[in-house]
Amino acid sequence: MTPTAIHAAYLLASILFIVGLKRLSSPRTARNGNLTASLGMLIAIVVTLLDRQILSYPLIFAALVLGSGVGAVAARRVAMTDMPQMVALFNGSGGGAAALVSTLELFHIFRTEPLIPVDAGVSIVLGALIGAVSFSGSIVAWAKLQGVIGERATTYPGQKALNLLLLVVNLVLAVLVDSNQAGFGTFLIFLVACLLLGVLAVLPIGGGDMPVVISLLNSFTGLATAATGFALHNVVLIISGTLVGASGTLLTVLMCKAMNRPITNVLFGAFGGGPAAQAAAGGRAADLAGQSVREATAEDVATMMGYGQSVIVVPGYGLAVAQAQHMVRELADLLKKRGVAVRYAIHPVAGRMPGHMNVLLAEANVPYEELYDLDQINPEFERADVALVVGANDVVNPAARTDPASPIYGMPILDADKAKHIVILKRSMKPGFAGIENELFYDPKAMMLFGDAKDSISKLVAAVKAL
Amino acid sequence: MIDALLFDLTVFALAIFLGFEVISKVPVILHTPLMSGTNAIHGIVLVGALLVLGGADTTFARVLGFVAVFLGAVNVVGGFLVTDRMLLMFAKKR
Repeated sequence: MTPTAIHAAYLLASILFIVGLKRLSSPRTARNGNLTASLGMLIAIVVTLLDRQILSYPLIFAALVLGSGVGAVAARRVAMTDMPQMVALFNGSGGGAAALVSTLELFHIFRTEPLIPVDAGVSIVLGALIGAVSFSGSIVAWAKLQGVIGERATTYPGQKALNLLLLVVNLVLAVLVDSNQAGFGTFLIFLVACLLLGVLAVLPIGGGDMPVVISLLNSFTGLATAATGFALHNVVLIISGTLVGASGTLLTVLMCKAMNRPITNVLFGAFGGGPAAQAAAGGRAADLAGQSVREATAEDVATMMGYGQSVIVVPGYGLAVAQAQHMVRELADLLKKRGVAVRYAIHPVAGRMPGHMNVLLAEANVPYEELYDLDQINPEFERADVALVVGANDVVNPAARTDPASPIYGMPILDADKAKHIVILKRSMKPGFAGIENELFYDPKAMMLFGDAKDSISKLVAAVKAL
Repeated sequence: MIDALLFDLTVFALAIFLGFEVISKVPVILHTPLMSGTNAIHGIVLVGALLVLGGADTTFARVLGFVAVFLGAVNVVGGFLVTDRMLLMFAKKR
């Protein structure tokens, strides 16, 4: 294919990405949007394969087949609950690819040209830095969510200073390479230091904040891709990478807004496990230490719900881990048959990513009309007979409204405490991601039903049937 | 050289605004699929990987290029398929 034809095809691919992204952001057209974008991707890849710059094909096809196979199997097999980790891994792959493309482009320049051109040099070190951080950071995010390493924030003295020092070292190495004062070996050291930076930057962030991190790393990979586009003078890479970089940044900000926390707090606050969070929670925890919680039996709860008029289910990540979404729907169906109104209150950050809970409940065939977001449902709690909190914790913690010392103070919460009765399904008294006590459990109107969410709900189903 | 760079920077600047505009009004329920969808789109880095592996003439470049194409393909295929799976769950409701 001629360069002109290739450029025209890249233009078409870019347009398809933009249209696809636009359609992805509306529920009615979302699936079509994803298909549109994938068509753009197919065109871009096929056209690139026809490029005359390509010397040999066997290796390329082997890598393509292997990568596509791994990607397809992983995407098919992953459980909907593990979706955030999966996205993290796919994102890490993209970041790794961007770092390697930058590395090879620099390798090529070192072998063929006497000096590194400034524009190529800057885009190469940026592509390598951002891509490598995204790669290793995504793997740490995956490991935290998958439980390979502890979910809690890992902190140690001098952490921020060390990370800052590492960033400075990276920048110095980058300048040395770009100003032609150091060789390819220095660049490789730089690459390793970038990988280390990604690991150390994500370690101090707790599991609950991983969605924000993944979203941010997603936009990083976009920017790294755009940087490789600058190095290769390839417009489709610049456009698509930048689109993702910008939209990913916006999405990250939206997520932080839903948690009412500035992004700097998420990234550097060591939320959940840091000394500050523990100290802040300490005061309240001491107040709560003298009190005890009320335990309920499945029969008590079934009676309250079965003879009530309105039940609001507050699903949280615990529901997802226990794979209890199908069982919850069965319970809701039984209650509806008895004339009880059942609604679901979806906190913006319920589950592990914004909208994750909607996906999980959709998987269990919960009707879309029964899902209410925070602003719609909060005035309804007062009239609800039972707020059934399934595996949610921080999103119903009244401390967000009442305790300025609490790390979650100011976060919009679901007003489950306003319901006539509050039933909390929980494995144990262990605090949530934020690592803080929840005074809701000690509320006189509250009752705890301990155990795995799925077991507890199936007991409730049996008890409602027996009414 | 400077003209080529300016052209790239123009495209870059316009794409930033486009990226913000195009998804500015997205409902919360679509945040996860959207993140996953944009994640698939940056798999376009595969194009860069194909070009560097295609031009590779040393073993070092072939090995790194091979890994780059592999990772890019995982990103593209996995990204689009997983997004489609998520969206399918909303689609069957309607």
